[in-house]
This record gives sequence, C-alpha cells and structure tokens, in this order.
Amino acid sequence: MSILIDNNTQVIVQGITGRDGSFHAQSMLDDGTRVVGGVTPGKGGQYVGKLPVFNSVAEAKAATRANCSIIFVPAPFASSAIREAAENAIPLIVCITEGIPVLEMIENYWFVKSKGLRLIGPNCPGLISPGACKVGIMPGLIHQKGPIAVISRSGTLTYEVVDSLTGAGLGQSTCVGIGGDPVVGTSFVELLELFEADPQTEAVALIGEIGGNEEEQAADFIQHRMKKRVAAYISGRTAPPEKRMGHAGAIVSGGKGGAAEKVKVLTDAGVIVVDIPDEFPEALKK
Amino acid sequence: MKLHEFQARELLRQFDVDTARGTVVTDAEDAARAAAAIGGAVMVKAQVLTGGRGKAGGVKRALTPEEARNATQAILRLSIKNLPVKRVLVVEALPVVREFYVGLTVDRQHRLVECILSAEGGVDIERTAESSPEKIVRVPYFDKSINNKTPFAADVKTVFGENAEKASELIAKLYRLFNEKDCSLLEINPCVLTADGRLVAADAKIILDDNALFKHPDLEQYRNAEEYGAAEIDARRSGLSFVSLDGTVGCMVNGAGLAMATMDLIRHFGGSPANFLDVGGSSNPEKVLAALKILLSNPSVTAILINIFGGITRCDDIARGIVMAKQRLAIRQPMVIRLTGTNGAQGREILGKEGTTAVLGMTEAVRRVVAMTGGAL
Repeated sequence: MSILIDNNTQVIVQGITGRDGSFHAQSMLDDGTRVVGGVTPGKGGQYVGKLPVFNSVAEAKAATRANCSIIFVPAPFASSAIREAAENAIPLIVCITEGIPVLEMIENYWFVKSKGLRLIGPNCPGLISPGACKVGIMPGLIHQKGPIAVISRSGTLTYEVVDSLTGAGLGQSTCVGIGGDPVVGTSFVELLELFEADPQTEAVALIGEIGGNEEEQAADFIQHRMKKRVAAYISGRTAPPEKRMGHAGAIVSGGKGGAAEKVKVLTDAGVIVVDIPDEFPEALKK
Repeated sequence: MKLHEFQARELLRQFDVDTARGTVVTDAEDAARAAAAIGGAVMVKAQVLTGGRGKAGGVKRALTPEEARNATQAILRLSIKNLPVKRVLVVEALPVVREFYVGLTVDRQHRLVECILSAEGGVDIERTAESSPEKIVRVPYFDKSINNKTPFAADVKTVFGENAEKASELIAKLYRLFNEKDCSLLEINPCVLTADGRLVAADAKIILDDNALFKHPDLEQYRNAEEYGAAEIDARRSGLSFVSLDGTVGCMVNGAGLAMATMDLIRHFGGSPANFLDVGGSSNPEKVLAALKILLSNPSVTAILINIFGGITRCDDIARGIVMAKQRLAIRQPMVIRLTGTNGAQGREILGKEGTTAVLGMTEAVRRVVAMTGGAL
C-alpha cells in the first residue's frame, strides 16, 4: 500500500506540449507511471511521443478515464487549469507550477475542496510511490520501495533526504512535496493522518522550513493522534528575518515562523529533530 | 514587494480611504513650503522600508514651517536600520481622539484573508498580541461580495463601539484594495478617530504579493531599489533567487530548501554563509556564470561552495557553466563542488577533463569548504 497514488493511478498532463510538461510526461512513463494523455488547448489531436493530446480536461477524461492530473501550465494560466481539473472531478490534482498569486490560491483551494477533491501543491515536486507510480518531477532512480514516508515543503532537499534513506537501505512508501507557497492544497497534518493509517508506512520523515505554522500544526497532531515514529528536519536556521528565502512561503515575519521555534515545538511533541539531513536514517531506524 | 508610506497613501486614496493631507519631499526647503501650505502643526516622517521609525528619531512634530525645515534636515541625516533616509513625508498633525489598529493579511493556516482589529492602535501590534491578546480581534474571512455587506458587524462593534459604521465602511474599502491589488499585508496603524469624527489612515504599510505583480503593471512604478541590495537586483534580473548574508562562504545551490539547508550546514560545521542563492530548476550554463559573477562581486567571499542535487537541473549543464566561468572570470577563491543526481556522471566527467573534481556528498563538501575559510573541520 501507499497513499494517494498507486498502480491504478491514470495520469493526464495539463500543459503537456510545453518544455517541462513533455519532458516530465516521458520521465513519469519511464518510471512506470500510467500516463494516459495530456491537455493543451488548441493542440488536440496531436501527440507527444505516444501520448494523445486533448483540447480540454473533459475530452481527456472521457477518452482516457484519467483519475489524476499533473499541471505544468505557466503561473498566469495555472489557476484556470486547476479549476478545469476540479470542474471535471479529477480526484487528485497535482500542481507543479511556481508563482501563482496567493489570493488566487485561496480561491482555488476552496473551489477544489467544495468539489470534494484533493490538490497537492502548487510550487511542489509532486509525489511518488516508488515501484508503483510517480506524479512529479523528482528523479525516480534515487527512490526505493519501503516503509518510510517522506513529507516536505521543498524539492531538492527532499531528494537529498530520500537519497540518504535509500543509501541506508530504507525504502519509501510515498514521498510527497506539499509545496513552498504560503497557501497549499494539502497540509502536513492531512498527510500524517493518511500515513498513520497506511499499513506500508512504519515511520515518517518530515522536512519543514521557516515560515508559517505547518510544522507546529504537525507537532500537535503527532503528539496527540499518532503512534508511528516521526523524525524531522527544519531548514532556514540561518535565514535572516523578513527576507523571503526563495520559496514564497519561506519567510520569518513579525517574529513568527522561525526555525528555533519549530524545532522546539516538534521536540516537545516527541519528534526526533535531526541537525543535518544525513542523520535521518539513524533517527528513523532507532 | 514593500511600499513606502507615501506610496501606500496613494493607493489608499485611489480606494477613497481618508488620509492625512500631505506631500513627500526630498529637501528641507520643500518641507517648509509643504508645512506652510498645510498650515498649523505637521508631522515630518522619514520614508524608509522598515518599522521602528519613531524610536529611531525618524518622526517629528513641527508647529511651524521653520520647525518643519529643521526637523527635515535632522531626519534626512539619519540612517534607520542601515537604510539612509532620502525622503520625508510632511502631513497635517491630526486632532487625535483615539487610535485604532486595522490590518488585513493572509491566514496561511486557514487559507483565508484575516482581518485584525484592535482598539489599541499606534503601538506595535505584535507586542500587543503577546502582552494582551484579548485586545485584538482576529476575523478570518474571504468573500468577494464583502464590499456590498457590512462585514462582521459584531466584531467591528466590539472594537469601534459607536464608530462601528464608519469602521465597517473603511474596512470594506481596505478589503477591496487588498483584493484588487493583490496585497499580502495591508496595515493601518494608527487608524485615527479625529475630533471632527472622521476615521483617517494616519500611517499605512502595504506589502504586495510578488507572484501577482504580473497582473498589475500599474504597480511597477512603486518598486523601490532600496528594498534589495545591488547584488539582489542583479540576481533577479538573471532569474536567480538571492539573499545577502554577512559570512564568507559564497553558496550556489539548486532549490530553495537545499539552499537553506546548505547555509545551515555551513554554520553547523563552524563556518558562515555569505549568501542564499538558488539557481533554480532548469538552469542553463549562462545562469551558472551569472550566479558565480554575483558571488565573486562580494569581497567577503573567501571560498565558494557549489551544491547541486540534479532533478530538473542537469549536472552536465552546471558543469559546463562552471567551466565557462573558470575561463571567463578571474576566480581566486578556492571552490568546492558537489554534483550529483540527473546526469551527475557526465557533469563530473566534464569537470574532470578540466582538472576539477567534484564530491558526491553534501556534508563532505560543506566540511571541506568550511575548513578552507578557517572554520572548524
């Protein structure tokens, strides 16, 4: 078992004729994912490799029975892409795009939620259940199937941690990048809840960073509602206040969202907080 | 993107919000003239992109044009939190009856816009939040039709009492501004109740959502060079994400999370990072060249660390960029390169041909570079 995606996930790629969309459609196929087609308005009838391109999500869904969409559409058009997927009742919508205005994301979030669907991201690497399905942009090679769940607000830092887990013989159940924006579709807490119930997952690696209070909410959930082991790492300990560190959501503002505070709250909740990413395997094996 | 008070006032007036009468000036004679035109007592306020202006002596009351001239001279000599004051705002001194606080911000946790109200304005709201949280009312809401309604009447009544109706009108205008201009913060502190019964925005702070600026070409004129250093502006132009720090290890990393972790690891092993730099996803060799140029423009940099875990980023692209930079730039500082992930072997081979070796692990790379800058190994 894994969470959210598995062998039955059938993926369409919104923005498949773009540079990133076409590259990652192929990469997902190479990693064994059932990519069934793509959407680019005005390019219906074309092919990207062997994948059919449709004019709309509705057409793509009717022809392919897709149950998941991954979005590579540029920021100015990404909100309407998310809404189109939601209007067509795609159960899992993964948005990779960076740079969507935060007030649009608030509207997108409530729109997707009102339809009873799930959004991952935006500004995220997507998710992977090694050996079964990848709906994202992460290098598949570094992953291995196993008992460790990984949740993260970052992309490359997640690869770093996954690589060290795999190197230490610890495979992964599902790895999810929730995104680096202030408002994201799915929170750490929602994923922790799914992992706590997932029989394949034995322990969770949580990769947080400065800004917001995702980690504080996670700590509260772990302390009161979780039995499985959780280890965490928080990046941005050396970040100056009021400066955005790359991610739109990574900012210590008004004295809130600092790394020290997050480390303390997680530690108090019984989470093993590692000082450097390399220490994850040891913390999770204990 | 942060706005100056005088810029925020312009936006507020566009949305029909009452502000104190005044002008922004850059020299003392103009300040005296402005004060004379306003008539009566004025406030002279430093225009810098930071809080705590009052405590730093950046806000002075002047009763005459002469006093306004002197106050302006003094304020224009100040640097507040390392930001030199180049402009002052001369505004009428309002007949204050009471000071309130009104703020709008994004509530990340509840995915809503949050309205924050307090009957104790004019002081640092974060301090009030800590010392007496009961004096602050937080109302999460997000509803585009709010403009046509009286928003959350009961809460407004609690804070504003008999002035609740006026306050509701003001909040509706602020909300419309927040929404239409894609703000991430809009703060009126203090919001002054005057002797003649008006609610006036006596000070204003606005931060705009950088991600939404593409929708608002009219706001581009408000971009302030002083919000970022020269290196940060250069970096932005090259499509890089960069923040200056005060250490000695120049860092170039792909991905924001990994870039922060790299800085933290440098500190962990006893070194000090000179910057945050994310070269971004699909980085081409030119971007690497631009990034290294920016690192080298900082005289404090005594060693360089390149930390790449290729995903979308291809290590061979990075390696070609490094080779190009070595040929074109005079790099005197020692360099430690960590290259792994997508096309890692090709990347390391390209470097190897030029006599440069790359390491595989991040921890090892950081230890090495810290040793070079005299930190503990």
